[in-house]
Amino acid sequence: MKRAILAALGLATSLALPAAADDLKVGLLLPFSGVYAALGNDIEAGFTLALDEFGSDTGVTFDVVREDTEVKPPVALGKAKKLILQDKVDVMAGIVSSGVLGAVRDMVHGAGVPLIVANAGNDDATGASCSPFITRMSFSNGQVNRPMGTWMYDQGIRKVFTLAPDYAAGRQMIDGFTQTFTAAGGEVVGQEFTPFQKTQDFGPYLAQAKASGADAVYVFYAGGEAISFVKQYDSFGLKAELPLYGSGFLTSPLYVNAEGPSAEGVITALHYVPTIDNPANAAFVAAFKAKTGRVPSEFAVHGYDAGRALVTAVQTGARDRETLAAALRKVSFDGPRGALSIDPATNNIVQPIYVYETVAGDDGLTQKVLAQLPAEADPVNGCAMPAVSN
Amino acid sequence: MAHDPGFWMLQALNALQLSMLLFLLSIGLTVIFGLMHFVNLAHGSLYALGAYFGASAAAVGGFWLGFFVAPVAVAGVGVLLYSGLIRRMRKSGPMAQVLVTFGLIFALLDLTRLFWGDLALAIQVPQILAGRTALLGIEYPTYRLFIIGLGLSIFAALAFVLSRTQIGAMIRAGVDNDAMAACLGINVERLFFIVFCVGCALAGLAGVVAAPLLSVTPDMGLQILIPTLIVIVIGGLGSLKGAVAGSLIFGFVQTFGAVLAPQLASVLIYALLAAVLVIKPVGLFPAKG
Repeated sequence: MKRAILAALGLATSLALPAAADDLKVGLLLPFSGVYAALGNDIEAGFTLALDEFGSDTGVTFDVVREDTEVKPPVALGKAKKLILQDKVDVMAGIVSSGVLGAVRDMVHGAGVPLIVANAGNDDATGASCSPFITRMSFSNGQVNRPMGTWMYDQGIRKVFTLAPDYAAGRQMIDGFTQTFTAAGGEVVGQEFTPFQKTQDFGPYLAQAKASGADAVYVFYAGGEAISFVKQYDSFGLKAELPLYGSGFLTSPLYVNAEGPSAEGVITALHYVPTIDNPANAAFVAAFKAKTGRVPSEFAVHGYDAGRALVTAVQTGARDRETLAAALRKVSFDGPRGALSIDPATNNIVQPIYVYETVAGDDGLTQKVLAQLPAEADPVNGCAMPAVSN
Repeated sequence: MAHDPGFWMLQALNALQLSMLLFLLSIGLTVIFGLMHFVNLAHGSLYALGAYFGASAAAVGGFWLGFFVAPVAVAGVGVLLYSGLIRRMRKSGPMAQVLVTFGLIFALLDLTRLFWGDLALAIQVPQILAGRTALLGIEYPTYRLFIIGLGLSIFAALAFVLSRTQIGAMIRAGVDNDAMAACLGINVERLFFIVFCVGCALAGLAGVVAAPLLSVTPDMGLQILIPTLIVIVIGGLGSLKGAVAGSLIFGFVQTFGAVLAPQLASVLIYALLAAVLVIKPVGLFPAKG
């Protein structure tokens, strides 16, 4: 009797299952609490938007399992293990913090699960510790800042004072800029790294920048620090005599309205702003606004393009971990950011960089694109990657 | 830049401004501890709440509404905390108190996230305090001068109340020996309650005053907690003089450390803290000799 029931059950599941062959389990590993919760929410909104928009005609159902990293590497590693071993996901996406990426890297690499990085910008992740299973659809720290060094020199700026928080991303962002700026003939007359997330008052550093004799100041700050910095820079009246340039996260649309008028006139470089003029971006901005009521940030576009990369890989017929990893390395499309492709040597994204000025618009602050700088692949940085298989 | 007196003047004002902000925050914490022997680690969260209440009120009625609403609202939260939690915890040991208020930090942090979201808020500086003021040959942001002035006047008011009024004498008696004070007919419990509420209001005031300078984020209370604890440990628990001295030392060491030895900026203050703990474990100006 028991055997008969089991047999009947087996038959029933095997009859029910055929549709499940085209189910794809996606693990979304993002911070939904902690300091980067706002980023995690934007990325998730973009990601699901892309799956809805592009995934419907693939015949594949995307079953998304969300896990909260809490921006804590040990927690994230536990969640990654759960996704890989227990949920048996076919592909993973997300990761905001580079610390979290460093923690899960070996686990992902060892298990051979493809991971689409939707934010974390550490240069080393697609450098010395690159993996054929890790594809980055966001940016790398150096990539965003490198074109800005040459551009600022071409604008006639010769002496620059730099400021950034003292951690890996801060140093990589500033290094990327100083490399090309000094190579072009510019001079860095002063450089300070402020204690990361321990600096509330930038006054001492601003007085130093003022006394340094620089033509301009180039900085990287993000989140709460960016808001404090931009407001304090303006309150000291430095903007007029010492123009403020920087990595575009400084005036991200996600929090530029908290900076208010202080952010007007700040010129920065980033791989995405919502005012880029192309049809794909117009469609994306409209869809994102309809879904969330907000203008999409660069984080939202990371999620959106990560989702689209997954769908593009699926469209080539890839259905399991191995084929998806191989297909993701060959993804390229024209998205809101312009023409994107993956560099086969590092698995990092290759994308144009936009120089933009924050200006007052009809409803709040908006971004005026000043220049589109051509896409350049990152230097290989010690990445040894197997050739792309076909 | 070393020969430019204006540069050093600017940095001294920066240091003073940071000191005054920390003073507003640490005075509440230190007096609550001195009087009630109660370690309220959630004090930083009250500061964050002050900033959020201030930002919400400022969005409706401008900076000055926020400026007055925030301390009152945070004092209200203080009343709730006191009657709901702290009165029950008064007799349990310091370890339980630390654990409860530590847990409270995270509960309040997530509550602010639920109510106000993850995105940073901002308060714009009112027109009269925007811009810069010429002072001794340099131009300094008016709003920062306002913070310095506010800190100094709160200090003066507290010093007056504590040393010249009857309630001040009662508080000093309570800090010195609460059992004896109670025997003399002072309602120590009510005194505690008043001091606790004033401490909370000052934390709320610090929050709303800091908001235009910094950004209003859920974790701002956590970020300010460590500096505040350093201030009261250096200054000595429970005393007004200690809170002022600790704030000034922290502000000047932090600011001039960042200028003169930037590589050591984040270490200096901790080294100083360790030195104070070794040489004078009770702090520089403890309330009880």
